[in-house]
Amino acid sequence: MTDSLLQSKVPAGPMADKWDNYKADMKLVNPNNKRKFKVIVVGSGLAGASAAATLAELGYDVDVFTFHDSPRRAHSIAAQGGINAAKNYRGDGDSVHRLFYDTVKGGDFRSREGNVHRLAQVSLNIIDQMVAQGVPFAREYGGLLDTRSFGGSQLQRTFYARGQTGQQLLLGAYQQLARQIGLGTVKLWNRVELVDTVVVDGRCAGIVTRDLVTGEVRSHAAHATVLCTGGYGNAFFLSTNAMNCNVTAAWRAHRKGAYFANPCFTQIHPTCIPQADDTQSKLTLMSESLRNDGRVWVPLNAGDERPADQIPEHERDYYLERLYPSFGNLAPRDISSRAAKRAVDSGRGVGPLKNGVNLDFADAIGRLGKDVVKERYGNLFDMYERITGEDPYSVPMRIYPASHYTMGGLWVDYELMTTIPGLYAAGEANFSDHGANRLGASALMQGLADGYFVLPYTIGNYLAPMLNQPIPGTDHPEFQAAEQAARQRFQGFLDIRGTRSPDYFHRELGKIIWDHCGMERTEQGLQKALSELPALYDEFKKDLRVTGDGASVNQTLEKAGRVEDFFELGMLMCRDALERKESCGGHFRAEYQDEEGEAQRDDENFAHVAAWQFTGDPMQAIRHQEELEFETIHLAKRSYK
Amino acid sequence: MSNHLSNLTLKIWRQNGPADAGRFESYRIDSISDEASFLEMLDVLNERLIGEGLEAISFDHDCREGICGTCSLMIDGQAHGPQRGTATCQLHMRKFKSGDTIVIEPWRATAFPILRDLMVDRAPLDRIVEAGGFITAATGGAPDANIIPIPKPVADAAMDAAECIGCGACVAACPNGAANLFTAAKVSHLNLLPQGQAERWSRVEAMVETMDDYFGSCTNHGECEAACPKSISIDFIAMMHKDYRRAKVKNRKLLSQV
Repeated sequence: MTDSLLQSKVPAGPMADKWDNYKADMKLVNPNNKRKFKVIVVGSGLAGASAAATLAELGYDVDVFTFHDSPRRAHSIAAQGGINAAKNYRGDGDSVHRLFYDTVKGGDFRSREGNVHRLAQVSLNIIDQMVAQGVPFAREYGGLLDTRSFGGSQLQRTFYARGQTGQQLLLGAYQQLARQIGLGTVKLWNRVELVDTVVVDGRCAGIVTRDLVTGEVRSHAAHATVLCTGGYGNAFFLSTNAMNCNVTAAWRAHRKGAYFANPCFTQIHPTCIPQADDTQSKLTLMSESLRNDGRVWVPLNAGDERPADQIPEHERDYYLERLYPSFGNLAPRDISSRAAKRAVDSGRGVGPLKNGVNLDFADAIGRLGKDVVKERYGNLFDMYERITGEDPYSVPMRIYPASHYTMGGLWVDYELMTTIPGLYAAGEANFSDHGANRLGASALMQGLADGYFVLPYTIGNYLAPMLNQPIPGTDHPEFQAAEQAARQRFQGFLDIRGTRSPDYFHRELGKIIWDHCGMERTEQGLQKALSELPALYDEFKKDLRVTGDGASVNQTLEKAGRVEDFFELGMLMCRDALERKESCGGHFRAEYQDEEGEAQRDDENFAHVAAWQFTGDPMQAIRHQEELEFETIHLAKRSYK
Repeated sequence: MSNHLSNLTLKIWRQNGPADAGRFESYRIDSISDEASFLEMLDVLNERLIGEGLEAISFDHDCREGICGTCSLMIDGQAHGPQRGTATCQLHMRKFKSGDTIVIEPWRATAFPILRDLMVDRAPLDRIVEAGGFITAATGGAPDANIIPIPKPVADAAMDAAECIGCGACVAACPNGAANLFTAAKVSHLNLLPQGQAERWSRVEAMVETMDDYFGSCTNHGECEAACPKSISIDFIAMMHKDYRRAKVKNRKLLSQV
């Protein structure tokens, strides 16, 4: 049964008409009245920058917050491979329906149909918009746009700009935002971090922030607040996320009443550079696009120590091509990751620590020539060489799965509103579109869809009835109390004066979550994690050491707050994984697999979103359900064989 | 297998805030894996400092994949260190040897005041983009993406310029503290493309003049190109100057038509 608070508000009508029906029925705000509404956007990645720029163009009074020095630094910038759109420029049979279907199937039937269909629809507009902004997408010689393939699809629908698609799209959105900042319609708050959200009379009234240069804590009131603050992959400590990515904004909202959906749905990306040693602080992704031309293999026999070029063909196991012949090396991420883990666990791993598998370009170089391979992937090959000291043109790359993206996030309805009225979540920060597994090149699509083509409509529908109504100011007692609590919290970290740094705790916390709530989960392991995490959290509260003070730049202090939020989130991730007694997408419970080792879903009992309500202690959070209804797509076993 | 470097001496600039005079402090690294990145070495040092009850060294960093442009550092007097075409976060310790003394400073430019230790304020770069580094195309009305074919060499040249990560190394490396390579990269990216033509002349004028408000003048040293982690060519500076010169004439003509 769907919980009463979790109404998805998906409009009536046939799937293809729902979004049009919504737009036809929504309430509007007169252009002259838009400037009377203040909207706060937290985060300046693809979702945040595109939402803020578009809302300002429409006439709203917008404030943008980023903890970076510049909005252009947001982690969207690191996306390499591309962005999907159902343009069918190749004439290879693509359509809105097919992108919709691939996304729902790729997510292992755990996403909301209405949201995903809208995503596929607006994917067309995104490419148009970004080209108009001057994004230099790759072109054919005739001047038309080029596309390539990504995992989980048999079409070439992925647009790209060398290996820097995320950078170019983010710079496009950033430039549009910069224009509004220059025009004075957006106020930018850089090096300022959200430390709390404020709810007055059941509505989001604004946020409390901390200035990372001066330590100043202050309040900001608004009619509506949008969180575009990314995912929580850094809960694992080692991940491909940027070092400063964190869950704080989403978690602080969760603590104030926003339900957190499917926290156990995390994506482990199959192609990252394996860990080299214990000092390592983060892992680096090698784009999935490499699997267009690279072949994944391990030696057939465990303990084969020969260099790759001395292992003959018949003693190699191209396991993805063998197990999933129709998708081959482009099998989806969750499936490829598990297959890599099994290959390494069977003792057939390669590299000095035997912790990787080969991604081999020898065939591609033989077929296409080195120049073509260089043109397609040159910057990725250079990056690989800088990090490992090995030349991937002459020896295979070594890759291994790593935490990369989180499908879970704040629960939102069709309008992208959380369970707190007036508080929205967009991009990776929400849970809505990718179910239990995201397909490659779909994160950029979702961030821009939410920011450009969804929020600017749905926010107006919420604001229209609030015209000329007073909103609580920053002198309201709720703001004052939140400010006071934030000051005490940060002073509290400084006052513990223990012996261990925030990084120490983050590393230990990440190890527990990776071991028990990573690529493979078991009831026993999750219960172990749920006994270890609260104990480590207690130690954190007693033994943390933060040097320096709270009135100037103090990165150790910033980190302390983020690690504390990861502790609480980590417990919720494990609880969610424990309660979801099935395997689906990135959530693989070892107890639920078929005889071939593939994930076994339980549609009868788990075709729902689990949305958690905070009660003061994450170990006591209450689980609510939104039943997923499949009107258009028939639930089927997900096969890529 | 990884090897270790031993007996490194780091001379690091420490400064408590914008008003502090600042000074170099020396730190010894007894042993570090050559697989470690340069910033991971600083992480290890910071862990040690916190363990000793001292304040960690502040430095900007984020993606550690050489793309976000957050990291900086003058390493032995070179912006982003000794490896060409490489941002500090992608520099690894295998480029150094045991016994080395490494001097680490923040970006040094009048336009980039030091906030603390190795962290500077690069906001003037954003001001340049806000002045004109965009194409005015409000969300909603864009025509089909394939309506304007863009010849591949043009798209490739625009992409070469667009690769700029906005780190500010060009400014830090320049004896004049000029931001011409940064500005030229953004101007050229947009001025090369058909979509950028409508605002070509107003863009270059506004961006160059905003740049001049904050930064020094270019005297063709070429240090910027050598320091650029994306190896962006100074040819783009020539293109920007050419466009700027033409813009001054063209924009005057446009004004007289009003």
